[in-house]
Amino acid sequence: MKLVVTFSRKAGKKPIIAQVVRDTGILINVERAMIDSSEGEALIDIPDESCTLVKERLADLGASVRILEAGIFLDESECVDCGTCITICPQEVFWFDDDWKLQMDESKCVLCGRCIEICPHRALSQKSES
Amino acid sequence: MHKSIGEINRKIHDGSVRVVTAEEMPFIVEELGEEGALKEVDVVTTGTFGAMCSSGAFLNFGHADPPIRMERVWLNDVEAYGGIAAVDAYIGATQKSTTLEDEYGGAHVIEDFITGKSVEMRAISRGTDCYPRRTITTELLLENLNEAIMCNPRNGYQRYNAASNSTDRTLHTYMGMLLPNRGNITYSGSGLLNPISNDPQFRMIGSGVPIFLGGAAGMIVGQGTQHSPASGFGTLMVTGDMKAMSGDYIRAATMTGYGVTLYVGLGVPIPITDLDMVRRTAVRDEDIEVDIIDYGVPQRSRPTLGRVNYAELKSGSIEIGGEEIRTSSLSSFRRARQVAEELKHWIEGGKMEMMLPTRPIDPIKSAQPMRETVQGPRVLDIMDTRVVSIMETEEIATAAKKLLKGETNHLPVLDSDGKLVGIVTTYDISKAVVNPTKGSRVMDIMKRKVVTTVADEAVDIAVQKLERHNISALPVVDQERQVIGMLTAMNLGKLFGGRWLK
Repeated sequence: MKLVVTFSRKAGKKPIIAQVVRDTGILINVERAMIDSSEGEALIDIPDESCTLVKERLADLGASVRILEAGIFLDESECVDCGTCITICPQEVFWFDDDWKLQMDESKCVLCGRCIEICPHRALSQKSES
Repeated sequence: MHKSIGEINRKIHDGSVRVVTAEEMPFIVEELGEEGALKEVDVVTTGTFGAMCSSGAFLNFGHADPPIRMERVWLNDVEAYGGIAAVDAYIGATQKSTTLEDEYGGAHVIEDFITGKSVEMRAISRGTDCYPRRTITTELLLENLNEAIMCNPRNGYQRYNAASNSTDRTLHTYMGMLLPNRGNITYSGSGLLNPISNDPQFRMIGSGVPIFLGGAAGMIVGQGTQHSPASGFGTLMVTGDMKAMSGDYIRAATMTGYGVTLYVGLGVPIPITDLDMVRRTAVRDEDIEVDIIDYGVPQRSRPTLGRVNYAELKSGSIEIGGEEIRTSSLSSFRRARQVAEELKHWIEGGKMEMMLPTRPIDPIKSAQPMRETVQGPRVLDIMDTRVVSIMETEEIATAAKKLLKGETNHLPVLDSDGKLVGIVTTYDISKAVVNPTKGSRVMDIMKRKVVTTVADEAVDIAVQKLERHNISALPVVDQERQVIGMLTAMNLGKLFGGRWLK
């Protein structure tokens, strides 16, 4: 499961993700992070069963946490199954099935946006979060 | 045994024709043997669906009232070539929009027409006695045009070299995004389904032969431009009626960072008249080899990273030098199959007859590179040969003096053998003055990663280096890494002195 963790750095540079890893022993995988002088946002991947615990602990440390529901949207009417997206995706989200039809596993996506940028048919977009 | 085209056409008429796709053919030959396959199979259909930049269409708009001789024409802000009579124009697939740039182009205009969308046409003229009108703007549907004849100068490449990138930066090419350090390999073409790969001697493929083009029945005009079958890169010029085409088989696309292109569905039926044609159409992906070209080298003849066949390319990854590199296609094999299948149904249903070429295509021709009578500027033409340099062991203060005296902002740094080992700029010296803790010698503050050029490099390539690295000077080095000159942004001014702009 993927969580979006947003935190302010005004209170100081606390290593909150490291703190949670140490306290809970849950291995958190940081897949994307953008941190500047005043705030930060990190996309983390954790085992589904640890979701509640990690969310609570991060919230205790002052971060706001939400489950990432948005992902990549594939417009099948635009996609021609060329496969250009397959190798440029760092997460191996895309592959061909036996009939050379493009398949995707959205749960692996970290929203890096590279496929959206390079799809020759502009068939990929980011789903808006509801 | 020999089968005539007449015999095959009789079978098409009475419904007994046996048509298979080029993907099925190798299995049939394996099962029945060559003689058996010749008896069994009458036509093999091929198909490909991929980016074919060299495409476009002739359009005739009919005459306006008062009439106009359109000199310049725009369709949804994409300029079409208007230098053909009064109300004809050629819309080229790769022409980009004046407003939307790479996101919309000639290919999109073609797709919009085919899928029934309205396209705004604007044209201007100086006005003549017979064509007094000077401007026109109108909304047009495909049905409003007298003719919309797709005519693609170079389609259906026999095969296409795969692409990779050995540099440390991402490249955006017509072969898609190429990740740094050979991070991926991209390829194009349908391999065993490719039309010319099933008839490399051009016995059945030639002028006048009926084909599947963009979902409509079309025709081969003849050999395509840059046709180079001697090296296995034959091409076709094809034509078809846009009004009968389908958005399933004609798709506009943008290769990010490169530009607009058109995905075209093209299929050629190949009549099986003798054993030679049986053998040709039994071609497998394993038999069709291509080079992997390193697009990191900005020259016409780029180095090769290896040779692979389509079976390997389609497998999803290739091993090069012990390294597993993922491959991805730019063309759609799924749609290529659909093209071959649909063409098969057309022939089985009596919709298309076989025809021998009315004019053969040269099977051994070789394309030539451009003859260049005026060589573009090279680095040696404009570089500064008075080089002020410094030894790495010297004091920073000496470097500062040299910079001042030499009236330059860049000092190449040399080791005791006189080889380039670094560079210092006035900025580096200023930083060293503000923050003196790093050390007192040039080697303590110099940048060791130096971007360089060589004397015979094209200035355009050197300029790309300056831009890409956001720097303003390049040391010019020889084979021994001795600095023989400097190319600075100031030297580029010489280009505007006239000599190179004539």
